[in-house]
Amino acid sequence: MSQFIQQLLNGLFLGSIYALIALGYTMVYGVLRFINFAHGDVFMLGAFTGLYLNKLMGPILAALPWPVAILIVLVLSMAICAALGILIEWLAYRPLRDKPRLNVLITAIGVSLLIEYTGQLVFGATQQPFPAIIPKVNVGGLGGLTVTMTQVIVSVTAVALMIGLRFIVMKTKMGMAMRALSLNPTASSLMGVNNSVVISFTFGLGSALAAAGGILYASLYPSIEPFMGILPGLKAFVAAVLGGIGNIPGAALGGLIIGVTETLVAGYSDVLGIPSGYRDGVAFVILILILLFKPSGLLGKVEREKV
Amino acid sequence: MLEIENLEVSYGSIKALHGVSLKVPQGSIVTLIGANGAGKSTTLRAISGLIKSRSGKVKYDGEDITNLPAHKIVAKGLCHVPEGRMVFANLTVEENLRMGAYLRNDKAGVAEDLEFSFQMFPRLKERIYQAAGTMSGGEQQMLAIARAIMSKPRCLMLDEPSLGIAPMLVRSIFEQIVAINKERGITILLVEQNANLALAISKHGYVLETGNVLLEDTSEALRKNPQVREAYLGG
Ligand SMILES: Nc1ncnc2c1ncn2[C@@H]1O[C@H](COP(=O)(O)OP(=O)(O)OP(=O)(O)O)[C@@H](O)[C@H]1O
Ligand SMILES: [Mg+2]
Repeated sequence: MSQFIQQLLNGLFLGSIYALIALGYTMVYGVLRFINFAHGDVFMLGAFTGLYLNKLMGPILAALPWPVAILIVLVLSMAICAALGILIEWLAYRPLRDKPRLNVLITAIGVSLLIEYTGQLVFGATQQPFPAIIPKVNVGGLGGLTVTMTQVIVSVTAVALMIGLRFIVMKTKMGMAMRALSLNPTASSLMGVNNSVVISFTFGLGSALAAAGGILYASLYPSIEPFMGILPGLKAFVAAVLGGIGNIPGAALGGLIIGVTETLVAGYSDVLGIPSGYRDGVAFVILILILLFKPSGLLGKVEREKV
Repeated sequence: MLEIENLEVSYGSIKALHGVSLKVPQGSIVTLIGANGAGKSTTLRAISGLIKSRSGKVKYDGEDITNLPAHKIVAKGLCHVPEGRMVFANLTVEENLRMGAYLRNDKAGVAEDLEFSFQMFPRLKERIYQAAGTMSGGEQQMLAIARAIMSKPRCLMLDEPSLGIAPMLVRSIFEQIVAINKERGITILLVEQNANLALAISKHGYVLETGNVLLEDTSEALRKNPQVREAYLGG
């Protein structure tokens, strides 16, 4: 039993990171109706930004209490990646705004490859250790469970960011414009919304969350390389589809489900008779099932407009 | 107040407007009628910046606003209620109305206009927290008009507010359109298939046919015009 709870917890920690990435996919889909396949690479850039910030400000960060240090790294890397996300949209997607969706989708794949290989050129192709800003201590010894400080920080940060996102989307004017734009861009422009600004904001917000996901992931699995965004990116994409693409709470729920399922399959591989190496396949089995049985996703609604 | 000159609009290689000119004087209600596909909606879409015109001019308050982006035109106090209403289906009635006031920062004024919307259409108040997409067509039309009023426009363009709505509701909506014009002093450009009703509440009218202005006259004269009677008023 305690092993099960341990696996469940581990799954939730991992899942909260998938959830952060999935939110970006779903928000961008909401305003532009396309899947930004370069989103996983922004997650990777988040981790590398964290690494380079550490190299640049190492002595300063070391002098600070660790919670302040991790907060600084997190916030700066989110801000830098938000700017990068806005730049990607502006350079690659905005010129294609009135073109068929397929063109944009293919461009997104191109942008993804560009970031990955440029990353290889700039950062190097080998694995690099991610600095341990968070002390490696166990905080929860309760009932034979182990919970590390890193895991606590990961979940607290993820939850805080999701609450913050919910506040922005539901309670601010910009959030209301995002929702209006995703429902009807023509009508939102007739209300005086500058759709381009809202789209930029959405990319910035999604990229900031992906960057936070990158830092948290690299804190859990402290070895990073330029292709590290591919698998978590794809899994988060599946999470967004599972929750109902375009649906924000759905993306968070989907992320948690994928994280837990994957961890349980790996943890009980001997019982299930599935080699634990198959853990990465779990998300895609879920994708196939959801597309077969509930293509609109768990929380997705089939929208109907009255005429 | 609103003046368009020789407006030409094309969709790809298909020309939809071949030089349309019309004038909407301050404080008036002007009607634009015409058969399906005549270009009525296209005219409004070109004025409000939803589509670019190929040539011609749109002047509002003497200022050239031709081909400005839509969000800048609303900011000038010219608001377009599009064909098919386009309410935000998953937002509540209240959120829809607040979207109408998107560009405003005067909280007190917005609260006042919210009250005014509910006075105008009490049904909206009963449904304040309901998702707009779940309301009837007539209720959605009321919401679309109230939402436009929330932007505090000086000129309002309405595209077929009677489309697909029961006669009873149409009457009450038209009464409110007249009230908006009289009591709030909002100038109105009204596009309608229901020519009878539209000509009854307007001063001046234009008849559009395949992208050209066929006739323009006072609404009274148009109602008596045999050509109009036969084509648009059912003989
Ligand atoms: N998006 C579009 N793409 C191509 N052609 C269009 C488009 N919208 C309208 N048209 C064409 O432009 C012409 C004018 O259309 P418009 O919608 O302005 O007519 P309307 O007078 O509003 O008609 P209705 O009474 O049916 O609403 C029509 O021939 C129509 O087929
Ligand atoms: Mg029309």
